[in-house]
Amino acid sequence: MIVADRKKIPEIRDMIRGHRRVLLVGCGTCVTVCLAGGEREVGILGSALRMALRLAGNTETVVDECTIERQCEDAFVDLLAERTAEGGYDAICSLGCGAGVQALAERFPAMPIYPGLNTQFIGILQSQGVWTEKCAGCGNCRLGEFAAVCPITRCAKRLLNGPCGSSRDGKCEISQDLDCAWQLIYDRARALGILDRFDAIVPPHDWSTGLDGGPRKVVREDQCIAGMGPKA
Amino acid sequence: MSDEPLVLAFCCHYCAYAAADLAGSMRLQYPANVRVLRLPCTGKIEVNYLLAAFERGADGVIVAGCLEGGCHYLEGNLRARRRVERARQLLAEIGLQPERLEMFNLSSAEGPRFAEIVTTMVECLRRLGPSPLRPASHPAESPATASRGSSAFPLPPSDFPKKPLDCVAGPACSGDKR
Repeated sequence: MIVADRKKIPEIRDMIRGHRRVLLVGCGTCVTVCLAGGEREVGILGSALRMALRLAGNTETVVDECTIERQCEDAFVDLLAERTAEGGYDAICSLGCGAGVQALAERFPAMPIYPGLNTQFIGILQSQGVWTEKCAGCGNCRLGEFAAVCPITRCAKRLLNGPCGSSRDGKCEISQDLDCAWQLIYDRARALGILDRFDAIVPPHDWSTGLDGGPRKVVREDQCIAGMGPKA
Repeated sequence: MSDEPLVLAFCCHYCAYAAADLAGSMRLQYPANVRVLRLPCTGKIEVNYLLAAFERGADGVIVAGCLEGGCHYLEGNLRARRRVERARQLLAEIGLQPERLEMFNLSSAEGPRFAEIVTTMVECLRRLGPSPLRPASHPAESPATASRGSSAFPLPPSDFPKKPLDCVAGPACSGDKR
């Protein structure tokens, strides 16, 4: 899932300064699971933001709250149209990930949209309250070659032929809290009996599938609606 | 505007609420600024309950739960303490003194301790002064004359409730004592 965390309240307060009516919009998908932008967090931020505005002497700005199922899909974003029109809102603060913020901006071209979260990474819940990065979305997944541990995401140097000389007792040199990805790869490969895969040097990664050529697009022609073509 | 602080006390049914009851039975004196809200357990507390209290003008909030290790639901009071800590961080972030929110632990036999907690909190709030978030008409000033539904702490409709609500305390608490 996409993992995010909330911006500091003074930063959000300053972003929405100058607007009369602001709608805080939560997202019921990834950011709900990582406790950053779901219905509960929207309620907490709404309350805190209203107080922060009043404490800063701003008694004019109204902050309301709502949460939709998914901010990155038009079908759900459409549900906001009526709400924003009826409420007379002149700005939206999205508690979705960066994709959610931009989906709202595309759907409401005349409305200023502000991000309430800092989108961090694609990751998993490591333990209660702790999320860790697992995937860099490089567009060319080679986990099969590395015993299902991603060196691009989890090795600080992104080495494809590791480990480096700074791997100590299974930890990375940048932090004693960080496992050396290549130690994990080695341990897992040994347990699976596939250590011989590392006899050969791994060639450089093909980054042309990454952010190299600008924003990426995935098209499934068989799923596109006839006559409409892939959406720009 | 009155300078008397208004304190909300979220009290666990199994300890602090009973301790408050005991303080009353013992005829102990403590400041009348406190409004007690009973919870089945302090584990029922959510961060937004605490923020809502401050947003509506409470000068201070007490969360009073069972002694650590003595929660009827095993760890409700431990979870409450972490939520209170998070709410205190949020208060500091928005510029309101976190000292306005405190959590205490006590047993149901500690009526004097309840009186002491309320007294200590009210003294602390007098030192801090009124909350800058107080509405123009503070609910502590004229609850009897406040128009229903318009104050920061809206009163229920005059015919509420027609029938006594179900209560976790059972028959002992089933009568309408208003």
